[in-house]
Amino acid sequence: MARTLIHMPANARKGEVIEIRALIAHPMESGYRPDAGGKLVPRDILTSFTCRYNGATVFSAELHPAISANPYIAFFTVATESGTLEFSWQGDHGFAQTEKMPITVSGS
Amino acid sequence: MKPGRPAMRHSAAAVCIATVCAALAATPPDTRKSGAEFMSASTQAMQRDDTQNPAMLWVGGGEALWKAKAGKTDRSCGSCHGDAKQSMRGVAARFPAFDKASGRVITLGQRIDMCRQGAQQAAPLKPESEDLLSLESYVALQSRGMPMNPPQDPGTIAAAARGGQLYRQRIGQLNLSCAQCHDENWGRKLAGATIPQGHANAYPIYRLEWQAMGSLQRRLRNCMSGVRAEVPPYGAQDLVDLEAFLSLRAKGMALETPGVRP
Repeated sequence: MARTLIHMPANARKGEVIEIRALIAHPMESGYRPDAGGKLVPRDILTSFTCRYNGATVFSAELHPAISANPYIAFFTVATESGTLEFSWQGDHGFAQTEKMPITVSGS
Repeated sequence: MKPGRPAMRHSAAAVCIATVCAALAATPPDTRKSGAEFMSASTQAMQRDDTQNPAMLWVGGGEALWKAKAGKTDRSCGSCHGDAKQSMRGVAARFPAFDKASGRVITLGQRIDMCRQGAQQAAPLKPESEDLLSLESYVALQSRGMPMNPPQDPGTIAAAARGGQLYRQRIGQLNLSCAQCHDENWGRKLAGATIPQGHANAYPIYRLEWQAMGSLQRRLRNCMSGVRAEVPPYGAQDLVDLEAFLSLRAKGMALETPGVRP
C-alpha cells in the first residue's frame, strides 16, 4: 500500500466549492532512465486518478511519464450532499489503490 | 574587609557591563540565510504548506513506525518515549551529539538506529532507507521552528572543530572546499542553480532533484562527488564531524524540517 495524504474539509455547506488535495507516494519511474549498468529501468507509473462523490465521478486525470514522483493533485468540487468521496489511483503492474474520506454537508 | 573594596567592585562591574554593551552594539547583524530563502516562491510554498509538502508522506510513515512494535523485545519507540510530540520536542535541534556509551559523536539517524538495535533488538536501519528517513523526519518535525541548539560538551565541540577543518579543506579534482562556494560565493550561480549558504537546518529534506527524501549526508556526498573527490561511505566519521560543524554554524537558526529543496 502506498502512503497517501488527502486534505479536504470534513464539513461543508450545501453548494459550497471545496478544495481537495491528494498526494500519493509513488516513484513514477518514466521508463526512459538507464540504471547504473546502462539498461533501461522498466516503466512504473500511475496512469489514472479518479475521484467519485457518492459514486459519481467528479474529477479524473490521466497521468503520463513526465509527471514527477509522488504526484500531487489538487482540484475543486461542489459539496452537494453528505456521504463519501472515493479516491482511486491505477498504475502499471496492476497498481490499484483506493482511499475514502467522509464529508458532512449541512443545510443550504 | 578594607573600606573602599565594595566601591571598587561596583566600578569593575560597571566596566564589565559597558564592555558587554559595546560588544553587543558591535555585533554585526545576522547575515545567515536559510536555503529556503534562495528558492523560488512555488518551492517555498511547497515547504510552507504541509498539505503540499511531499515530505509529509515520510513524516506520516515515521509516525506509523513510531507506534509499531518491533524486534525481540516487541516494543515500539512509543513504548519507552511515549508521545513524540512531547518527548521528542527539541531533540533534533541538539544533534549531532556526543554519545558517552560509544565515546563518539553521533547523528540523529545513528541515535535512532541505536535504539532500534539496543532497546528494540531489531534489525538495523540502513542509512538512507525509507524507514530511517521516515523516523528521522517524524522526530525532527517535533522541533520545527525551534532554534538549532548544538550541545556544548567537549566531545561535540571537538567534532565540530574537526568538521570545520574539513569544511575549509580543498578536496577533489576541482580542488574546492565547502567554504569556497558556501561562504565566499553564496548567492551566485553554479550553472543554473543559486549557491546557498549551506545551512543544515531543514534535514532530512525532500529534494525535487532526487524526487525523494534524503539526509544531510546524502547532500554532503553529493557535493563531494560534484567536486570529484573521494566520497566517504554513509556514517563515516568525516561526515558526522561535518554535520557537527554545520549544526554549530547554524546555531540559533530555526529548524525547518521537513524542508523542500530544489
